[in-house]
This record gives sequence, C-alpha cells and structure tokens, in this order.
Amino acid sequence: MRVALFLTCVNDTLYPDTGRAVVKLLTRLGVDVDFPMSQTCCGQAHYNTGYRHEAEPLARHFSDVFRDYEAIVTPSGSCGAMVRELYPRMGERARAEGRGESLATTLAPVVPKTYELTEFLVDVMGVTDVGAYYPHTVTYHPTCHGLRGLGLGDRPRRLLQAVKGLELKELPGADECCGFGGTFALKNADVSAAMGADKVRNAESTGAEVLCAADNSCLMHIGGTMSRLESGMRPVHIAEILASTEEEPAV
Amino acid sequence: MSGTFVGMPAFPEAAHEAVGNRTLRANLRHATHTIRAKREKAVAEVSDWAELREAGKQIKDHTLRHLDRYLVQLEESVVAAGGTVHWAADADEANEIVTKLVKMTGESEVVKVKSMATQEIGLNEALEAEGIRAYETDLAELIVQLGKDRPSHILVPAIHRNRGEIRDIFAREMSEWGRPAPEGLTDTPAELAEAARLHLREKFLRAKVGISGANFMVADTGTLVVVESEGNGRMCLTLPETLISVVGIEKIVPTWQDLEVFLQTLPRSSTAERMNPYTSMWTGTRDGRAGEGDGPQNFHLVLLDNGRSDTLADEVGRQALRCIRCSACLNVCPVYERAGGHAYGSVYPGPIGAILSPQLRGTASEIDASLPYASSLCGACYEVCPVAIDIPEVLVHLRERIVEGGPVVREGNKVVLKPAKGHAAERAAMRAARWAFSHPGALRTGQRLASRTRRLHPRSLPGPGKAWSGTRDLPAVPAEPFRDWWQRTNGGKEGGK
Repeated sequence: MRVALFLTCVNDTLYPDTGRAVVKLLTRLGVDVDFPMSQTCCGQAHYNTGYRHEAEPLARHFSDVFRDYEAIVTPSGSCGAMVRELYPRMGERARAEGRGESLATTLAPVVPKTYELTEFLVDVMGVTDVGAYYPHTVTYHPTCHGLRGLGLGDRPRRLLQAVKGLELKELPGADECCGFGGTFALKNADVSAAMGADKVRNAESTGAEVLCAADNSCLMHIGGTMSRLESGMRPVHIAEILASTEEEPAV
Repeated sequence: MSGTFVGMPAFPEAAHEAVGNRTLRANLRHATHTIRAKREKAVAEVSDWAELREAGKQIKDHTLRHLDRYLVQLEESVVAAGGTVHWAADADEANEIVTKLVKMTGESEVVKVKSMATQEIGLNEALEAEGIRAYETDLAELIVQLGKDRPSHILVPAIHRNRGEIRDIFAREMSEWGRPAPEGLTDTPAELAEAARLHLREKFLRAKVGISGANFMVADTGTLVVVESEGNGRMCLTLPETLISVVGIEKIVPTWQDLEVFLQTLPRSSTAERMNPYTSMWTGTRDGRAGEGDGPQNFHLVLLDNGRSDTLADEVGRQALRCIRCSACLNVCPVYERAGGHAYGSVYPGPIGAILSPQLRGTASEIDASLPYASSLCGACYEVCPVAIDIPEVLVHLRERIVEGGPVVREGNKVVLKPAKGHAAERAAMRAARWAFSHPGALRTGQRLASRTRRLHPRSLPGPGKAWSGTRDLPAVPAEPFRDWWQRTNGGKEGGK
C-alpha cells in the first residue's frame, strides 16, 4: 500500500521527529510511505480565524498534491478534521454562494481517504499492537479535534495499551480542552494559559512521566506550559511512542 | 458593578480580571463541574437521546422556516382565547409597550418570573425609569437584583456567588426592598431559602401585575409554557390579575405534541432532572373562550423581535435561534469556566452567548466583535447541545464576518459590512502565510532560515507573540525541518536518524 504522509506545517517546521517516527512506524508495518515535497498547510489556521477566502487556495493546493494517493495519513487529529470535516463545508459554502461546483469538486476526492494516524493503524491496517516498546508511565490527552471532530474514540488508547513496557495512567478531565485552540492561544492568552495550567496539573496528578497526545499543536502549548511551570513531565507525540522499539528506543 | 452590560470592554480584557479572581474561579469550577457530571448521568438514562436531539433540531428548524405562518397562527389563537397580542420590533418598543400596559393597571409594582427576554431588553431598568418597581422572584435573580449585580449564567444567574456572599447580600439589602432578612441569618441553604421565601411571599400576595417570559409558545392553541424548579414562576403566573408575557418570536412550537420532545430534553440538559418540578401552561384569559380559559384575568403577549429576524436571514447563523436556553453549553465550556459569565457582556453568556449576542446586536461594538473569538473551538458545546446547534461552525462564520466583512441583514435591510478595524496586522500575516504556503519553495526557505538562526531566537517574543511567551515557553526550532531530512536521506532509506 502506497500512502502519502501529510505531515502538517507545524510538524514539518517544528517537530520533524514526529515525521521521522511516522515514517519509521509505517515502514516497519510494511507501508510504502511517500512525502510529496510540494505539500504545505491545510489552511486550518486561516479558516478557523475567519479567513475562509485565504484558506480556499490552500485547500485546493492540498487536493492537487494529494488527490492521486490511495490514502493520506496525518499525525494530527486537528489537521485531519480540517480535511475531513471542514473541506466539505468549504465546498458547500462556495456552492451556496454561487461560485460554481469547482471548489466542492476539487476537494471531494481527498476527503474520504484522509486518515489520522491512529485511525489509519486501527481501521485501515487493522492493528492495535504495532510491536512498540516504551518503558515509561504515560497519560493520554485526547485532543478536541481528534476526539470530537474525527471521533477517534479509544483507538489511541488501545494502541498505547498494546505497547510493551508502557504503563497507561488515566488523565482526570481528559476530555477537557487544553486551551490551545490555534489563534485562541494568542487572542485570549489569559484564559488559554489558565486552561493549559489546569491540564498540566491534572496530568501531574497521575504521576506519569509523559503526557502523550496525537497533535503537536496541543503538545506545544501543554509542553510550553510544563516547561514554564517547571513540571517534571514531558510532552510526547503518540507516533514517537508507537515508533519506539527495543532495538531503537525513543529517548 | 452596574446592572447593565452597556460599554463593556472586549472579552479578553474582561476575562483577564475573572481569570485572576480566585474566589470566582473556584465558585465557577465547583458549580459547572457538579452540574456537568449530573447532566451526563441524566442524559445517559435516555436510550433515544440522539433521536430526541435530532427531533428537537428538526422541529425548531421547521418552525423557523415557516415562522411567518406560525406567528400569525399564534396571534389568532391567543386572541381567540381572550388575550391581546403586541408586536415589538426592538427593545425600546417592547419596553414602551410593557410600561404602558402596567401604567394602565394603575399599579407601580410588578412581580417577575425569571425571563431572559426581559433581561435582554433591560425591562427592569426601563420600568424603574417610569417609577415602576419590578421584583424578581426567582431565587437566583433575586440574589442578582439585591446585589445590584448582573446575571452571569442563563439558568443560574448567581452562579458566581457562594453561600457566604449570598448571606451578606440578603442581610444587607433585603430591608431596602421589603421584608428584611431574619436576625442572625447563617449561610446554610435552608436558612437562605427560608429568608427568600418570607421576603417574596409579601410580594406575591400584594402583586396585581405579573411579568413573565415563556419557554415555549404553542401556535395552534395559543398556550404559553414556563418550566421552572422553584414554583415562584407559578405564583407570578396565577396570583396577579394581569399577566404580561414578553417572548422572543423564536419560542414557537407548532403543536402540543412537539412539546413532548423539549419537555424531555430541556430539564435533563439544564438541571439534570428527569422532569422539571413545575410546568405551567396558560392559554389566554380565564374569561376567554366562553369561560373555558385558564389564564389570568387579563393577558398580554408581547412578541419580541429585537434582532431575531435579522438572525433568521443568515443561513449559517440562524441555527442559534433553535436554542432552548438550557445552558448545557455554558456548564461544559472550559472558557466560560475560567472567564465567568460577566466577561461575555450580555445576558447570554457562554458559547451560545458568543454566537447569539453578536447576531442580535450586530458586531459594531468592541465586546460584540470579540465574542466570536471567545472559544478554543473545542466542540464540547456542540456535543452537549440538545438541539444540535453547531456553535463552533457559527463562531467561525462570525469570525469571517468580522475579518472579511460581507452581506448581512440589519433591521430588515441588506447591508454589506466592511472588514472590522483592528485586524490589519493579522490579515497581513494570514495573507503572507497563505502566499508562503502556496509557494512550497518560499516555505522551505523560511524553514531553513529559522533553523539556521535557531540559536538566536529569543525565549520571549515581542508584539502579539508576547501573549504566548508570557505564560508558556516556545519550542526550540529544530536543526533541520522534516522535508530537508526526507530529501537528504531519501525518505530515511539512506542513513540519517
């Protein structure tokens, strides 16, 4: 199976380790991974901040880059939800505004074949034990767009539970937003920071070493808060845990 | 603190104060978490919740689509049952109508059932200006009124107050308004409730005029419905000779059968009860319909538009009019929990307020323009909404209206809004980012530049970035973006980590 890795602009620029982990993990599972070099951004930050018309060309570009692949895999619930949930909506809006069928038609092919990483592993590949080894205590934060946008359910937790050596701790208030919310973190910094601090305190109460999530944007916010609060915990993307093996353990 | 929301600062500024207030945050956290857990249990008991939610959505959408027809039908039904119907285009008109009606009775005091519509139009203040005193009889509204405060929650307007604060307000203020609080009042709930009961009983027995809103209006019979927990509303609806009900035009349901859905979803969503303790229904006047009516002696229905028709004209935003004011979205919202209700600058706080207020009032004021951003778009509000209002969708839609402008309907006229001021820098940044993202080469150059200069990056940022680095550390920029690694190692096949 030949799939395209949609890494997202945040991962590409700030968290290349996540991308390397996805490549390592999928390759280990026998997937032929391609990274189309012309990919950029799904346009979510534009769209959610109210710049729908700026987001549209980015969505078109996304579709141009990815439309010919069998499947598109992304290690981000948020960007995955953008393609799956909001691209159809963008198309509908363009149609309602009488701008023809073109945007809806352009975006339609990429929508059903875009998968968030854990969804791809569990639903498409049918695996929950990916042969990983990660001897740490971990608590899992289900990010909002993954949880409510894509409906990832317990897929990430099932994958984590199958990891050798990993001890999973329940996170109190897991379903509550960490406060990132894209530009929300800048526009409403006080509330965002308060939400982040509460998330970190809840994570600390589990006694886990690592807070894991399937989205680096949320982890950037939570990790930045952990660092400022001098918490001993580390934020780690789930791909890096699933890619870790006894031969090549993640740090 | 003044009783009105006029001239409120933008949300982030108002929230800043609330986030720093430990008592407020503790009160809110305790209250919202308690009711959140109860609601979840009450909803889980119903096996067909998803169907009920969908039915509620469909009934509301159908009614809104044919609102013109149902409003006329309602008017005919109310008149046939002996009531009088008044139409109010905006708050001023509604206040004038109510003031005139009260004056016609010769009374200078009225008792009030808890009502969002009368809060929305500032009726108490308008009556006060004409020498008419309005007494709130709902316990929480009483606390807000006595405390010269503003409501901060739709269902629990005094949610921001704890028992100690309520005791102090009662002890200090009750004598100003009527029967004073008993000597040595403590902060136990039973004593506080008894103090309120004694204070209010005087008002109920004396009042000749009652003012209410309604949760629902049934078009085919002209019946109005109020659901409540305390029974104060029923006292106001039955004791006075004259009842004036101010109701938003979106509150209609076509038939009694439609109520079935909402009388299940509303109590479970709002107070986490299977059924609300009091459901009062009144149809016209007691002399109406050949002596078969069951309302008060005189009944006036004031149908309030106040921005609702304009909201209805917006294809995306109109779903806000489905709202049945259960406040489940407030109780589950992490932003509301930290910022409190006052920060929203409206009688409608929380997620629903963030989409309703800027539609009812327009986005011209600072507070209204800031409300669509008072959300992290986490989606919890949509998930709990019993009529499936996609609040995040409307928030994003309103953000677009603010930054890009566009056509809207205001006071029945089509106008094209210009992009709001104050977003110029952001707009430029978004355009620049879009340009870079449309040119992968430019993106790559930028990434490389960031990597090469990574040791020079400051830990705290100037300008808008300050909001981030004031409370959170930034991630270090990696030595090499992923795409460079991919190319250098041929997708990881030729060495490289």
